[in-house]
Amino acid sequence: MLGFLQRPVVVTADINLNVVALTAVGLLSRLWQLSYPRAVVFDEVYYGQYISFYMKRIFFLDGSGPPFGHMLLALGGYLGGFDGNFLWNRIGAEYSTNVPVWSLRLLPALAGALSVPMAYQIMWELGFSHCAAVGAALLILIENSLITQSRLMLLESVLIFFNLLAVLSYLKFSNSQKHRPFSPSWWFWLMLTGVACSCAVGTKYVGVFTYLLVLGVAAAHAWHLIGDQTLSNVHVLCHLLARAVALLVIPVLVYLLFFYVHLLLLCRSGPHDQIMSSAFQASLEGGLARITQGQPLEVAYGSQVTLKNVFGQPVPCWLHSHQSTYPMIYENGRGSSHQQQVTCYPFKDVNNWWIVKDPGRHQLVVNNPPRPVRHGDIVQLVHGMTTRLLNTHDVAAPLSPHSQEVSCYIDYNVSMPAQNLWRLDIVNRESDTDVWKTILSEVRFVHVNTSAILKLSGAPLPDWGFRQLEVVGEKLSRGYHGSTVWNVEEHRYGRSQEQKERELELRSPAQMDASRNLSFMARFSELQWRMLTVRSDDSEHKYSSTPLDWVTLDTSIAYWLHPRTSAQIHLLGNIVIWASASLATLVYALLFVWYLLRRRRRVCDLPEDCWLRWALAGALCAGGWAVNYVPFFLMEKTLFLYHYLPALAFQILLLPVVLEHVSGRLCSPLMSTSF
Amino acid sequence: MPPAVGGGLAGSELRPRRGRCGSQAARAVGPDVATEATARSPKRPAPSSRRFEAPGRWALLALVTLMSFATRFHRLDQPPHICWDETHFGKMGSYYINRTFFFDVHPPLGKMLIGLAGYLSGYDGTFLFQKPGDKYEHHSYLGMRGFCAFLGALLIPFAYLTVLELSQSLPAALLTAALLTFDTGCLTLSQYILLDPILMFFIMAAMLSMVKYNSCANRPFSAPWWIWLSLTGVNLAGALGVKFVGLFIILQVGWNTLSDLWHLFGDLNLSMVTVGKHLTARVLCLIVLPLALYTATYAVHFMVLNKSGPGDGFFSSAFQARLSGNNLHNASIPEHLAYGSVITVKSARMAVGYLHSHGHLYPEGIGARQQQVTTYLHKDYNNLWIIKKHNTNSDPLDPSLPVEFVRHGDIIRLEHKETSRNLHSHYHEAPLTRKHYQVTGYGINGTGDSNDFWRIEVVNRKFGNRIKVLRSRIRLIHLVTGCVLGSSGKVLPKWGWEQLEVTCTPYLKETLNSIWNVEDHINPKLPNISLDVLHPGFPEIMLEAHMVMIRGNSGLKPKDNEFTSKPWHWPINYQGLRFSGINDTDFRVYLLGNPVVWWLNLLSIALYLLSGSIFAVAVQRGARLPAEVEGLSQVLLQGGGQLLLGWMIHYFPFFLMGRILYFHHYFPAMLFSSMLTGLLWDTLLRLCAWSLASFSLAGHVHALGILSLLLGIAYSFYLFHPLAYGMVGPLAQDPRSPMAGLRWLESWDF
Repeated sequence: MLGFLQRPVVVTADINLNVVALTAVGLLSRLWQLSYPRAVVFDEVYYGQYISFYMKRIFFLDGSGPPFGHMLLALGGYLGGFDGNFLWNRIGAEYSTNVPVWSLRLLPALAGALSVPMAYQIMWELGFSHCAAVGAALLILIENSLITQSRLMLLESVLIFFNLLAVLSYLKFSNSQKHRPFSPSWWFWLMLTGVACSCAVGTKYVGVFTYLLVLGVAAAHAWHLIGDQTLSNVHVLCHLLARAVALLVIPVLVYLLFFYVHLLLLCRSGPHDQIMSSAFQASLEGGLARITQGQPLEVAYGSQVTLKNVFGQPVPCWLHSHQSTYPMIYENGRGSSHQQQVTCYPFKDVNNWWIVKDPGRHQLVVNNPPRPVRHGDIVQLVHGMTTRLLNTHDVAAPLSPHSQEVSCYIDYNVSMPAQNLWRLDIVNRESDTDVWKTILSEVRFVHVNTSAILKLSGAPLPDWGFRQLEVVGEKLSRGYHGSTVWNVEEHRYGRSQEQKERELELRSPAQMDASRNLSFMARFSELQWRMLTVRSDDSEHKYSSTPLDWVTLDTSIAYWLHPRTSAQIHLLGNIVIWASASLATLVYALLFVWYLLRRRRRVCDLPEDCWLRWALAGALCAGGWAVNYVPFFLMEKTLFLYHYLPALAFQILLLPVVLEHVSGRLCSPLMSTSF
Repeated sequence: MPPAVGGGLAGSELRPRRGRCGSQAARAVGPDVATEATARSPKRPAPSSRRFEAPGRWALLALVTLMSFATRFHRLDQPPHICWDETHFGKMGSYYINRTFFFDVHPPLGKMLIGLAGYLSGYDGTFLFQKPGDKYEHHSYLGMRGFCAFLGALLIPFAYLTVLELSQSLPAALLTAALLTFDTGCLTLSQYILLDPILMFFIMAAMLSMVKYNSCANRPFSAPWWIWLSLTGVNLAGALGVKFVGLFIILQVGWNTLSDLWHLFGDLNLSMVTVGKHLTARVLCLIVLPLALYTATYAVHFMVLNKSGPGDGFFSSAFQARLSGNNLHNASIPEHLAYGSVITVKSARMAVGYLHSHGHLYPEGIGARQQQVTTYLHKDYNNLWIIKKHNTNSDPLDPSLPVEFVRHGDIIRLEHKETSRNLHSHYHEAPLTRKHYQVTGYGINGTGDSNDFWRIEVVNRKFGNRIKVLRSRIRLIHLVTGCVLGSSGKVLPKWGWEQLEVTCTPYLKETLNSIWNVEDHINPKLPNISLDVLHPGFPEIMLEAHMVMIRGNSGLKPKDNEFTSKPWHWPINYQGLRFSGINDTDFRVYLLGNPVVWWLNLLSIALYLLSGSIFAVAVQRGARLPAEVEGLSQVLLQGGGQLLLGWMIHYFPFFLMGRILYFHHYFPAMLFSSMLTGLLWDTLLRLCAWSLASFSLAGHVHALGILSLLLGIAYSFYLFHPLAYGMVGPLAQDPRSPMAGLRWLESWDF
């Protein structure tokens, strides 16, 4: 208490001028003339549209990466006051004046600039000399591909930043482990490791490889800790728990947080709505929510519904029928029932309406009170506009001859009786007496006579079927598949006795609103699943390359070209750095194997601490390179040179390690004679 | 001890050595512990001395083998029709008997053995094996089924011996044998003409011989050591020669060998020369020998199959020239291309096929509505094209005109012989590869427009301007757009008859996709010249066969909206495979694991991970275990570790595979998982018995546990045996069916 009155307040500042200087040149190189060119450069056209969506708070779905990276870019736009009004349609388009180019590019540039002093710190924490550390930082500084990538509205520099941050904070943590475990700085660096890993994964999925690497090193260290018999059991347990919380629990929570913020920001419906389930769409402002607002929750006999296929591949669509019949004879000579076509139609249409009918009664209206339909009930489905009943029978479907044709029944008096009873099977039911609910229930229709299941085969019908998608009765159903599952999207209780009046009567009974019912975890898991499974057409690109081209720098990308002056930006690495870094990796691997074999025969070329330092540097730098590079060989997507940059950043760090080791150990005769 | 932080890597490097020493100790200790423990268990025919031990073991082995053969050969002839993939592998066996060349995505050994078995058992190769359900009638099929069942039956004694060697405990081995004997899945898979029993036989044989040679480690370079080591190599070659998944057992043996060598290398009592000898012995037996055998199977394969058959089109022109009956065999065709020649054009990329067109149009919405141009793997009249001059439509075969050869750089027109349309390209996007241009057939009777003109170029031209049949590698460059004719290798949807897409690519990067060669060549005005230059060497054919197989394998992609089996389905026995029959009147066989066995396996893996990590942590913490527990923990960590590794290696890679997967891919992994179960339960029950030693009933815990497991498994087999031996009558979803109560999962559709 009041100690500061007795002693003077002393602030001891310990400033490493190397770091300051490196930060300064890093900032200078990355920020200088940042807003040039005032035109869309390469993938900015791609990220830009998502920034616009964030600014307008419109929901979108992007399969390329988790939302954190996009949100960071959008933060730049937010700070610069961007309103999102720009048409991102073509590389090279001039930015209009409302686009704050400088602030949009600021965050990636800062991330790129800060990577320079971080490289220095990593080397230092690994136990190498200041000289090696400055060397590593300078190499990162002058690598022109890193500069190019940092100065634009792209995510690689952000990813590299978080990768390096994760490694750096883990090193700081493990160095403070020796002296002051459980001190505030120990906790800080441990937590920061987890958060940085999570940010890396949140920026791009490939960040997960760095995360796994850090986890692997941490696990090796922890295993060693378990073997340390000077520590008590409780102590060891505390250590393990702390690590588990910081490196496993926190990253998951932070990752969820990204999605939480993402979904909080994007609350309006937009162009990608259709990919999502009805329940998800209903949680967005506008779009489906406007339609489904206040519609009755429980489907009853007499309900008018539209039925959306849950799988929705190749396109989301609704069960549909229309006046046209199946052609008597198909092109390949097979016959059909010549009854009314039933298809799946990807657009909203009045012909998508069906009425749920009780087979025992004739009327098509909802009783008062409504009689809800439950799991296991037998229903008929009446097509609203033609009042024909959904039917299937033992006739081969037009395009999938192994399945049954589905039609709306027309009685031709040809001894082909109607088979129009369907048993309702609620897939996501909680009990066997569940009520069929709008939007929320996923249902299958099992045909009573043949036990076929109503299924979207996904094949587009020929001209006679107006290229709508084929719907079949699947006899050999094998387990759960989305294409056999449907959900009610639009729903109203039918009131009109007459066919003419049967349209346009909406009643809104006091019901709970289905739309707000979806929990965050449900929305998260659906969004994450869709993001991982959304298919981008694997297109060949003029500048695409294979992983083998990257090491030899056999490829480059033209980012931007001024139409008149021919000024251009070209992504190309510094061949000297690339070649020497690759060479360093090779030398490291050879030396490592050599030392390892010699140690096994009890020949210790290196003192123990030197060997540990050498091994840890290799595990992080060479390992970082390998985990960020090798997985690309297994990936089937279109690859570009910039995918190599995270691996390169780690590989560059290895170069001063090897140089210092070689000059210190092998080239110096003094050292070699001392052993 | 190095300091705690930063020492993890060194620690992980030091640990295996400690482990190895421990394992030797376990080997020394193991048998005594085992005999001691078994001697205490009264339920076993307790052998009081070693004199009775050996005959007892042999009798037990004989019993296990007998049971296994009895279950596998019971009702082997049922059903007397083709089941499931018998249609492929039986057919391929017939091809060997008939010596006709075919193409398959798997290496040849398995099918060769099936063919051999058929040949020896009097099957004449005349049955067509057209589709599942076809009756065999008078054709002798039992030889082939019997051969597969024989190998399948041997799996069980192999598993028995492997577990016995790893755990030194008869109850563990017995439990493993029971798990596998009474598993309906293994049983079903062993009873038909399939590659899987052969593959599993080689995998288990390799595992057994590896374990055996490990236990000979204290007598290196002795005769048994050499025998087991080289047997391991032989079986590795066998496994790889049947299916490429044999690679997994190679990985496992490789891992085992590396850790073994690492251990030897760290033993300072051994001189470097001795270590070198060890290394050489392993390189010889585990690399050179398998490679030689593997190559030999291909040599036999190519020697036996010397007649032209359905697989020709998958291979290059040079390859086909080897096959008698192929039109390139001892071919004599005009050597240089001339105007008016009728030719087929083949892509240089393997397994892409011939440039093809047919009288169907591209559907609406996909480029221009003109005639389709594709590549097609089979020989067909629609593969024929006529070379014409770009500017005249006169018949160049008019005898009054002189022969005019096509030269490098000429502008030509390719007219499709059957439909008289010209090869055509234009600025419309190609159907699948959107950034390429569409290629179509255009024009009527050879009259089209300037988009039909192509410049023909010879790649790597050495001398001369003429274009040689077969040997010149040519490119066709579209004159108007400047793009190059190529095949993307992508499969067109149904409207394109699932042939491969042909595009015109604007990217002029030189790839095999855009290189073609002329194969057939008909020109009555030119003299035929015998072409016997085309004799590729054995390494070339071997390489080509592998490329074609790899492409074939990666081409097996699941289609949209199709129910496919996912790897996570397998260990939980989520869904089986219909081997035969669908309706209630059919004789139905359903490949499904015995759920009791499979779920026990699943539980055991979880239990193993738990108990294994408890022991590992205890050892790492330096806890002092009593001698008996120490021995058991070594069995668990060493032996169990190897089996767990086997399970993981044979299971997890499937998650990375893009090709279409089936339930039966899991069975090799299932073998390892069952062995682990046997070993684990025996060890756990022994531990239980040990910890309860103060109670009077303690001795019975182990025996009772093993006995109840054995009986439970046998009873579950009694319940589920109709799945394997066949059933007729209502389906299980029908409550009248005797199987109705056994449909424990809704996804089982038997």
